Amino acid sequence: MILVKGGRVIDPASGTDAVADVLIDGDRIARIGQAISAPDAEILNAAGAVVAPGFIDLHCHLREPGQEISETIESGTRAAAAGGFTAVCCMPNTQPVNDNAAVTRAIVERSASAHTRVWPIGAASIGSKGEALAEIAGMQDAGIVAVSDDGRPIATAKLMRQVMDYCRSLGLPVIDHCEDPSLAAGGVMREGPRSIRLGLKGIPAASESICVGRDVEVAALTGARLHIAHLSTRASLDHVRAAKANGLAVTCEVTPHHFTLIDEDVVYDTSHKMNPPLGSRDDRAALLDGIADGSVDVIATDHAPHHPASKDVEFDRAPFGITGFETAMALALSELLHTKRISLARLVELFTTGPARVLGIERKLAAGSPADVTIFSMDYKWTFGASESASRSRNTPFDGREFRGAPMVTIVAGRVVFRRAATAAA
Amino acid sequence: MNEVRLSTTTVLQRPRHLLGIEPLTAEQITFILDQAKPFQEFQRHPLKKLATLRGKTVALAFFEPSTRTRISFATAAARLGADTMNLQAESSSLKKGESLIDTVWTLEAMRPDGIVIRHASSGAPDFIARRVDMPVVNAGDGTHEHPTQALLDALTIRDRKGRLGNLNVTILGDILHSRVARSNIHLLSRFGARFTLSGPAMWVPKELECLAPHVRRVSRIEEALHGADVVIVLRVQSERIHEPPVSLDDYVLRYQLTPERLGLAKPDAIVLHPGPIIRGLEIDPAVADGPQSCILEQVTNGLAVRMALLFHLVSGAPPDAPHPAKENAA
Repeated sequence: MILVKGGRVIDPASGTDAVADVLIDGDRIARIGQAISAPDAEILNAAGAVVAPGFIDLHCHLREPGQEISETIESGTRAAAAGGFTAVCCMPNTQPVNDNAAVTRAIVERSASAHTRVWPIGAASIGSKGEALAEIAGMQDAGIVAVSDDGRPIATAKLMRQVMDYCRSLGLPVIDHCEDPSLAAGGVMREGPRSIRLGLKGIPAASESICVGRDVEVAALTGARLHIAHLSTRASLDHVRAAKANGLAVTCEVTPHHFTLIDEDVVYDTSHKMNPPLGSRDDRAALLDGIADGSVDVIATDHAPHHPASKDVEFDRAPFGITGFETAMALALSELLHTKRISLARLVELFTTGPARVLGIERKLAAGSPADVTIFSMDYKWTFGASESASRSRNTPFDGREFRGAPMVTIVAGRVVFRRAATAAA
Repeated sequence: MNEVRLSTTTVLQRPRHLLGIEPLTAEQITFILDQAKPFQEFQRHPLKKLATLRGKTVALAFFEPSTRTRISFATAAARLGADTMNLQAESSSLKKGESLIDTVWTLEAMRPDGIVIRHASSGAPDFIARRVDMPVVNAGDGTHEHPTQALLDALTIRDRKGRLGNLNVTILGDILHSRVARSNIHLLSRFGARFTLSGPAMWVPKELECLAPHVRRVSRIEEALHGADVVIVLRVQSERIHEPPVSLDDYVLRYQLTPERLGLAKPDAIVLHPGPIIRGLEIDPAVADGPQSCILEQVTNGLAVRMALLFHLVSGAPPDAPHPAKENAA
């Protein structure tokens, strides 16, 4: 038994915001209330900290199977736990691609000893090649929670229609990486004054929003659940807002790097190279507004580890992607909460009930619920050092960044999987 | 991990590298041009060899095909008495899969005193400068900068016009993909130039106006040339012509610099071209060979500018050291 004592319990599902104790028995929450006494329990003193339902990362790359030099399920989920996540959804662009039940089962089996829950996302098309539908029902039985051809868009409107129709009948959400490959081809950063100055080939913002527009239209055609991955432009957000206003089941996520950095921050350092690229100042302002007004449903990391040997190259030769597990919550606290853009309850929602709604599941702190709990400090001062990361990769633009607020203890199924050293909460 | 040793992209009183024009001040640019002046005279000397850099070695790492810039740097180094180590993309181990930084570290292990880099990737010299312990000179990187070209252009303009200030500069052609245009805009804007850019619209994006104050885009070449003091004609990169598609015949029709069009510029306007020129495409032969053309002076001035740079970056001499060309002549 674990007794989390005296924390500020935030539970968006029930609207709770109160100082309370949380008693965990086995893999379930046993009780939440005042002055709980449990003589046999391990006591976690959470005074001054926030106790929230376990955070979910809807978008990450664990690189296993196939690219274990960059990350494994073990190292990736260790980093995720250190970031306060209790469950992570891993994209299917592994080697081989997770496009059939055998690969899904392998990931699920390898995840049995992981530090967090691992919820795989299956490929929408075979090999994510955009041609034929993958074995989606088979993967669903093996444990996938959504489909996506992430890394690339679902290739055509026709295929998207098939995927959406099929997934609607299966009850799975469709997640799309929105990009018009013909407009984006060869680009390495957002097209704009900065790309012109640096002489780096630009990706126009329209490359993303054109595809979001297409997807919203197909969602209207099919009635399927559509989730837009790593949304990064104002125009894309306008499409999502319009879809929601029309009653479509369309949701979207924004990454911490897109609400923190902009294209003007890009230097010749490949830890600034990701897809979608960092947007304009105006795009960032739109994303912040969308996060505050509820148009954005989820904060997701798009944790994309790449081994240093592949990133320590010329900018235009480097792969896209940065790591994100360990900095996501701290960036949200720094950029969203401490700046008073959103409330604490809204912040927790973006990491818990937000992603849960996309997946069609519950996420709450209540007696009988799974004991997945994220405990964090809003004020703990620390400096993130990429060299101390639990990830196998170091590709982050936030190395050396000072933060106020951090994950302190992460509990998955009643087990403490992360505890910050010298923690104030323990 | 390999330690990142030094970041010197910042403007120091005396820069350790030349990675671009953008970080330089007007004073630093003027200093280099003044230092190049005696080397211009020196090119006419019957015995073109100094001992200034005797015993020094300059690595010439050309990861992208280049003839004139590579020969210019090699000749500049030779005339200063330095030895050179040559790496050309064709003969390098890059084809065997070696990374850029491993190739450069291999060269560095042979202890050159400086490295000159030409690379197709924007930012490659910056990437290298943060990882080696020797001066780095950018000889052209991707579509980013070509600083020595801008310096030799500035020397040419200053000689012909007697000044760098108060100039109307018209740049014609594929500006989007031109590192020469970017470096020229950075350099001449330090002295207050007004720029007019003209070419097919897909090669002249609006963001170019953010590079410096007083940059405007004009669709018609005739309007762009009106009142110009300096006309910089860029090569039409026909190897890139498919992206985006522009018909060469269309280009000649609308954008070729002909004597009639040049007549719209000021009577004493000068014409520069970074080379190699393609006669009859971006420039009419009558203009290329005419009295307003500076094309061959640019080539000679390239030697003078590169000698001045190598002298100051590689020798370790203080900025006020006696000038080697003057010293020698005395």
